Amino acid sequence: MTIKEKQQEVIEEFAAFDDWMDKYSLLIELGNELDSFDEANRLPQNLIDGCQSKVWLHAELKNGLIEFQGDSDAIIVKGIVALLLRVLSGHSPDEILETELFFIDEIGLKEHLSPTRSNGLVAMVKQIKAYALAFKVKMG
Amino acid sequence: MALDIQKIRDDFPILSQEVNGKPLVYLDNAATTQKPLAVIDAEAGVYKTINSNIHRGVHHLSNVCTEAFEDVRRKVAGFINADSTDEVIFTRGTTESINLLSFSFGETFLKEGDEVILTGMEHHSNIVPWQLLAQRRGVEIKVVPVTDSGELDMQGFSELLNEKTRLVAVAHISNVMGTINPVEEIIALAHAADVPVMLDGAQAIHHLAVDVQKLDCDFYVFSGHKMYAPTGVGVLYGKRKWLEMMKPYQGGGEMIDKVSFSGTTFNDLPYKFEAGTPNYAGVIGFGAAIDYLQEKGMEEIWAYEHELFKYAMEKMQIVPGIRFVGQAARQSGVISFLLGNSHPFDVGTLLDKLGFALRTGHHCAQPLMDRFQIPGTVRASFVFYNTKEEVDRLVEALLRVGAMLS
Repeated sequence: MTIKEKQQEVIEEFAAFDDWMDKYSLLIELGNELDSFDEANRLPQNLIDGCQSKVWLHAELKNGLIEFQGDSDAIIVKGIVALLLRVLSGHSPDEILETELFFIDEIGLKEHLSPTRSNGLVAMVKQIKAYALAFKVKMG
Repeated sequence: MALDIQKIRDDFPILSQEVNGKPLVYLDNAATTQKPLAVIDAEAGVYKTINSNIHRGVHHLSNVCTEAFEDVRRKVAGFINADSTDEVIFTRGTTESINLLSFSFGETFLKEGDEVILTGMEHHSNIVPWQLLAQRRGVEIKVVPVTDSGELDMQGFSELLNEKTRLVAVAHISNVMGTINPVEEIIALAHAADVPVMLDGAQAIHHLAVDVQKLDCDFYVFSGHKMYAPTGVGVLYGKRKWLEMMKPYQGGGEMIDKVSFSGTTFNDLPYKFEAGTPNYAGVIGFGAAIDYLQEKGMEEIWAYEHELFKYAMEKMQIVPGIRFVGQAARQSGVISFLLGNSHPFDVGTLLDKLGFALRTGHHCAQPLMDRFQIPGTVRASFVFYNTKEEVDRLVEALLRVGAMLS
């Protein structure tokens, strides 16, 4: 599936709910189900310290594709991390760099990716792009 | 006379709206309070009828505007019972008041090796200005420890006071826990050692009747926006003897007597500390807020807020896993709590979707969070336009949110 198709899929899943609390229940569930973060990667350089919550992000290049691992100390943020990783992990640097993330807006979670929200998610998305650029340069 | 809360709520137009499809419950009053129509109209009225730069015009509008501005200085002096209007300096807010004080007091009186005493429950704005002073002048900062119940360790305070202490700067009420600090005792002890005291009244001024002469504090600072007035207005009260000796803070118009390139002399109090055009429209709105509070009565406001606070503490106890951060014997309308192991951000986000405005995070008091080894808290802060029904709705919402997050 392309990144775009994955985004569409997430939008469809969330479309089933019109109540905020149901959407957040799903996010909490996704947060709880996120693959556990490898403790060996819980390093200062992988920490994005938002004012409100913390996000950890680790990236590895495998066969030309970037695999991300993420975590957060806040479960709702972790749920959004899970969505971002589901959409972006396992793609090439070029695909990630060309991507426009529209699903967050579409499912009504835009406020969490606002620069004033200070939960670490904006910095995480920037960091994902930075990894993609760095790996692209490395691959030549 | 008991307050008519429904009538008071009608004075605050913002409170009647819906948020996320739910009636707004505004419990972020420790961050800023909402404004009654009287205040909104007073500030807007300046621009509609009397707007003109103050203090320097010979024309009619300037005179009227100046008089309205100075009238508020008289109101503030009366509200806190200052000895004279000369002791009331208008600033942009508590933060600027403390920056002014740390600069002017520091540049005038402090030298290397001197000490300033703060406490472990201060807001960053009563920490960082003193740290900047410490760096500039080699002054040392001493910190009064905070007990497990969220109170000041008064034994620790006595031990810190010594012949090198030049100033004590302490919150009248903690912005995180609502602890009402024993400021009378602190002032008595400090004065016995010949040390002046600054009280940060940002969280106290709208709850308690403050009498600076009775308290005998040397400085008292607060913001208008936390007492139903417009943003961008604050006060530094200082005893005349200190203010007269202190060097000016910012230079500019208004604060001068005569300016020449061979030397400048400064204006008298309070203008010496008010460089540039002040936020006179905000100040005039501030005057309307004082009128509003005095009309309701600070004693009546405190009686109602204290009753509401006790009701909230009692009701919130039933929420499974709730843990209060700070349970001082004397507390104002601020309740900080954690819900089980849930992150404050998650609790606050879900409550927002249910229509509640609360604050989460470290509340600009990171040293206090470190003291309790927590990332932050959820903070509900109540004032006189909040109701018992809102408390009941909060408890109901906390039960729901707690179940979702556990």
